[in-house]
Amino acid sequence: MSHAIEEPAAPAKKGKKALSEGKRAERKLGLMLCAPAALVMVAVTGYPVLYSLWLSLQRYDLRFPDQREFIWFENYATVLGNSYWWTAFGVTALITVVSVVIELVLGMALALIMHRTLVARGLVRTVALIPYGIVTVVAAFSWRYAWTKDTGYLAQLFASDSDLLTQRVPALAIITLAEVWKTVPFMALLLMAGLALVPDDLLKAASMDGATAWQRFTKVMLPVMKPAILVALLFRTLDAFRIFDNIFVLTNGAQQTGSVSMQTYNNLIKGLNLGIGSTMSVLIFIAVAVIAFVFIKVFGTSAPGSDNGGKR
Amino acid sequence: MALIGATSKNGARARWALLDFVVVVYALVPVLWIVSLSLKSKETIADGNFIPRSWTLQNYVDIFRTSEFLRALVNSIGIAIIATVIAVVLGTMAAYAIARLDFPGKQVLVGVSLLIAMFPQVSLVSPLFEMERSLGLFDTWPGLILPYITFALPLAIYTLSAFFREIPWELEKAAKMDGATPAQAFRRVIAPLAAPGVFTTAILVFIFCWNDFLFAISLTSTEASRTVPAALSFFTGSSQFEDPTGTISAAAVVITVPIILFVLFFQRRIVAGLTSGAVKG
Repeated sequence: MSHAIEEPAAPAKKGKKALSEGKRAERKLGLMLCAPAALVMVAVTGYPVLYSLWLSLQRYDLRFPDQREFIWFENYATVLGNSYWWTAFGVTALITVVSVVIELVLGMALALIMHRTLVARGLVRTVALIPYGIVTVVAAFSWRYAWTKDTGYLAQLFASDSDLLTQRVPALAIITLAEVWKTVPFMALLLMAGLALVPDDLLKAASMDGATAWQRFTKVMLPVMKPAILVALLFRTLDAFRIFDNIFVLTNGAQQTGSVSMQTYNNLIKGLNLGIGSTMSVLIFIAVAVIAFVFIKVFGTSAPGSDNGGKR
Repeated sequence: MALIGATSKNGARARWALLDFVVVVYALVPVLWIVSLSLKSKETIADGNFIPRSWTLQNYVDIFRTSEFLRALVNSIGIAIIATVIAVVLGTMAAYAIARLDFPGKQVLVGVSLLIAMFPQVSLVSPLFEMERSLGLFDTWPGLILPYITFALPLAIYTLSAFFREIPWELEKAAKMDGATPAQAFRRVIAPLAAPGVFTTAILVFIFCWNDFLFAISLTSTEASRTVPAALSFFTGSSQFEDPTGTISAAAVVITVPIILFVLFFQRRIVAGLTSGAVKG
């Protein structure tokens, strides 16, 4: 918003000449209507982000407040030289990549089912929204108890004599399972929006020319859906990277299953170390920015809403 | 598999029915499991049976007897509703401006809200924790409502501006020409057209606030403002209950009820809201 206020005198943008009275009133109304939303967003995110940058440059542990001191980048050296941080980073990256890939495949299948099924379309769409809507913590508890030794039906089915959630690899797999289950419907809905853009005529024409179902999928549907797929991947990748709820409930980060968000939370709320916690916050922010940058610049993902001028 | 030609209508229908069934099982089994756990008696809770052998409502009676859960439920409902109302009101104003008016800084606003939508929430936890402590907002309702509004606003603005662009605004002019005052034109013509979009957005925003866990455990410390998802994680190991499995499950089922109701009654709207807001450029 601060930008918006700073540059109200930039009318040359679309080559318009002097503003008419009505135009000026419209601009004023537009700014006034957006101001409250913009103010809240900037106050609750913009300022805190800068503040956490400032905190990250200090030694600031709430248990030892008198040792507070400005130490430049020492916190960054501490965090980046710490093997726990890199373990958490690796876990986060692994869960992100694996779960997003599985979600893409299952989400595409679910999108096709929701879009094209001949029977009970309403039922399928309704049911598919349940994992999307359900509270993540609730779903995580369901999975935790399902895999708890003795208590769980899945534990009885697959591993009745060992506690999978206390072993690193199985625990990571269960975390990924919980994450995938919850977010496949969201992925499917985003993909379904892309699926709706595929013209039926094109599919019919391809089928007349003798294309198999697989060929129609890869040669006709996927290219048309590419922008929607990339946006869905971007959304989900950034979302998966901040995974927290599932891990907190399923393992609480034990056996090196913690994500970077878990590490930050532990340092901040349990350890009360604001300096280190803020440093981790900034590092996560940078990682997310890098992911978004790669998607937008390298894959050419169009950021949704970035080009709403003339398109619609 | 989706594009198999019409070999035989019945065969295709049977195949689709089978696929539908797989989806239903996928979506419902984890939910039914937690329901089943919540209905099991203390003796059978650890038997690993998917269907309870002995049924009881004792777990529900137990949680509604404790202030811990009741208080958390009140917090959850109050905080989510207040945050939803504010976010939808502010979002409606901004989305109206974005969809209908031409003004400088529009792209910046859209860009900033997109940025926030993708923002790692944990990055805000450290500064907000410190700021709220010094402002006295820590462990209060406003202390949670503020971040919820902030993260809900991008969602609200996107969904609403997508809806608003589809409204035939010429009708407003037509009504005025027919002699309606601006207030009448708004009340009789525009409000009924905009209401479905606003309502859909409210549902999505409510689900978002209802779901949050990270802010809820980081920015609260007592029953004063702890919401149910946060309180659930503190049931564990509480001395109040010998084995918290049943009570956690019952509480989990209670906070799933509103979600199920939304999904049952407003499926079409939710799908429309998510697909229009998220993908259209």
